[in-house]
Amino acid sequence: MSEQFQVKADPELWAKLDMDVERFSNIPPMLTGVFNDVFLSQENRPQGMGYFDNMVSNIFTGRIQEMYDAREEGRPVVGTFCVYVPEEIIHAAGGVCVGLCGGSQGSIGDAEKILPRNICPMVKSAFGFKVGRICPFFQVVDFVYGETTCDAKKKTWELLDEYVPTHVMEIPQMKRERDKKLWVEEVKDFKTAIEQQTGKDVTETELKQAIETMNAKRKAMQRLNDLRHHDPSPISGRDMLLIQQIAFYDIPERFTEKVNELCDELEARIKTENYVAPKGTTRLMVSGTPMALPNWKLHNIIEKSGAVIVNEESCIGTRYYKDTISTDGTNMEQMLEKLTERYMQIDCSCFTPNDDRIDQVIKEYRESGAQGIIDYCLQFCHTYNIEAVKLRQACEKEGIPFLAIESDYSPEDVGQLQTRIEAFIEQIQD
Amino acid sequence: MTIGIDLGSRTIKLAVLKDGQLDSWQVVESSFKPHLQSQELLKAYPAKNIIATGYGRHLAKKHFAQGVITEIKAHALGARHLFPGCRTILDVGGQDSKVISLDANGKVSNFQMNDKCAAGTGKFLEMMSTSLGYELSQFGEAAAKSSGNLGIGNMCAVFAESEVVSLRNDGHSPEDIARAVHMSVVDRVAAMLERIGIAGELVFSGGVANNRCIAELLEKKLGRTVFVPKVPDIVGALGAALHQT
Ligand code: SF4
Ligand code: SF4
Repeated sequence: MSEQFQVKADPELWAKLDMDVERFSNIPPMLTGVFNDVFLSQENRPQGMGYFDNMVSNIFTGRIQEMYDAREEGRPVVGTFCVYVPEEIIHAAGGVCVGLCGGSQGSIGDAEKILPRNICPMVKSAFGFKVGRICPFFQVVDFVYGETTCDAKKKTWELLDEYVPTHVMEIPQMKRERDKKLWVEEVKDFKTAIEQQTGKDVTETELKQAIETMNAKRKAMQRLNDLRHHDPSPISGRDMLLIQQIAFYDIPERFTEKVNELCDELEARIKTENYVAPKGTTRLMVSGTPMALPNWKLHNIIEKSGAVIVNEESCIGTRYYKDTISTDGTNMEQMLEKLTERYMQIDCSCFTPNDDRIDQVIKEYRESGAQGIIDYCLQFCHTYNIEAVKLRQACEKEGIPFLAIESDYSPEDVGQLQTRIEAFIEQIQD
Repeated sequence: MTIGIDLGSRTIKLAVLKDGQLDSWQVVESSFKPHLQSQELLKAYPAKNIIATGYGRHLAKKHFAQGVITEIKAHALGARHLFPGCRTILDVGGQDSKVISLDANGKVSNFQMNDKCAAGTGKFLEMMSTSLGYELSQFGEAAAKSSGNLGIGNMCAVFAESEVVSLRNDGHSPEDIARAVHMSVVDRVAAMLERIGIAGELVFSGGVANNRCIAELLEKKLGRTVFVPKVPDIVGALGAALHQT
């Protein structure tokens, strides 16, 4: 299978999306190589990963074609950068939601022609993708819905708007009653913006349906994450990260079905004691900033150093699916209220205070049977970086081995990271 | 007989252990093919058990070593062997610096490494000594001659270099500037130490620990004794040799 894997190309489709086709043509072969090295070199992967590998194979072709067709049918295709933007509303309107966070070093240079260098690589990578016209997802969206979480993002939206229509949702910085009220209003504005795009109102039935769809997706991911906590691990951290990344660009119903199929397989694997890492393998949990596709750097280093990752406390991880929306709401007003309640539980470091997150990290550490926490912070992400201080204090108090890592997408610090991670594993094993 | 070999970024260090005690050692500049060079060095010894550490540890494992441990663990083992009361280690090498905390049993409990930046490393001292026209080996002595308290504001090696040039142009003596450079390294590593917290005996290892001026300024700054091994370069190699024995 590894010989056959290929990230596919479709220059015709890319041309229709006004991409820099010539430049972009180098990307699929490059991604094929990296994917082979990081994923397909693993032994005894679950069969069910085949679907997700295929999603990678079609990442610039089949999936883009589906989104392109949706757009042609007049369904809104919305790009987002934060798990705070309520996908349910997009789905209720028949639209497609896609996460546009950038995880690649390749577009940083494009961004740095315009943006200052000392900002988060996620923002730079995404912005560079648009400026260089080298991301088909960015090219296929009708508009972007940004938010006011961190400074890097909220100020970049002003510049991004010159390239693609960019709306901005105000996300409060605190979680008091008045902040929640403000945010309900923002959610309503968001709904209006989507309705304006489609030219028709979202009905209660449509929203109810969408809430159920997204709840089912989040529940499937919870189920998968519970299963992967089994000691020994039935699935690698790399594969889990990939699935959680694909959650941001796949069709929800299809994705849910495939995740549940994989869960069935993992249940069977656990019964027959078929694992990916032998008993006694060091179990680590990663917390912190999201790892957007194709950012597999840390997971690759950790697992190639002989440990297995058993949890990701991140927006491309548990923060995306730990909470579901209560279906008690019967009318539109109530449903939106329940929706905002769920979203307000997201414990992002952009909020203050954010002690719930510290408790959540410790809780996930215990549930996952991890033996240590590696806190991952993208370079120049001040909120997560500062919050790592509190996390370290909490871990010291609980006697949890803790390692904070700050890194970007460049390969320069790989050697250094390897040493630190291996030393951390030694520290746990001794 | 066990051999520990530390393939660092600038030098290769080798420590030979006989009956649990350090028997002999070597420190050589590393070349472009450190594993071949190491194998050449190892020819002189009949040892079968070779443990590698340092940046080149995996390369060594691939070619000749029986086992690998990280620099962190190696320093913990080595420093503890030399100073049984050691609970904190400062290691300043050619390209990086690190601080390690040990628990009462000598187990690593926390560590921090200075990434991505030459400030507070041997490289920084080397660059500054060159721009002041000193041999690296005499740089510390020159600095020790000064009793001034000139300071350098820039931690970044690139900016610090031009600052050194302008201090010279302002007529400051090379000794005073040398001391300022040393002080900037001391400030940097002291901050790392204070961040991690110092407990028990503090052992200072790595090539830069040969520079007496750094150790003395650090003692003054921290107000505590800094223990420097006789051959501070080989603490990692010694620790590697001690592993599994
Ligand atoms: S880390 Fe914060 S800003 Fe980033 S996606 Fe998550 S909630 Fe949004
Ligand atoms: S990782 Fe931090 S700095 Fe980067 S986009 Fe997310 S919140 Fe902003």
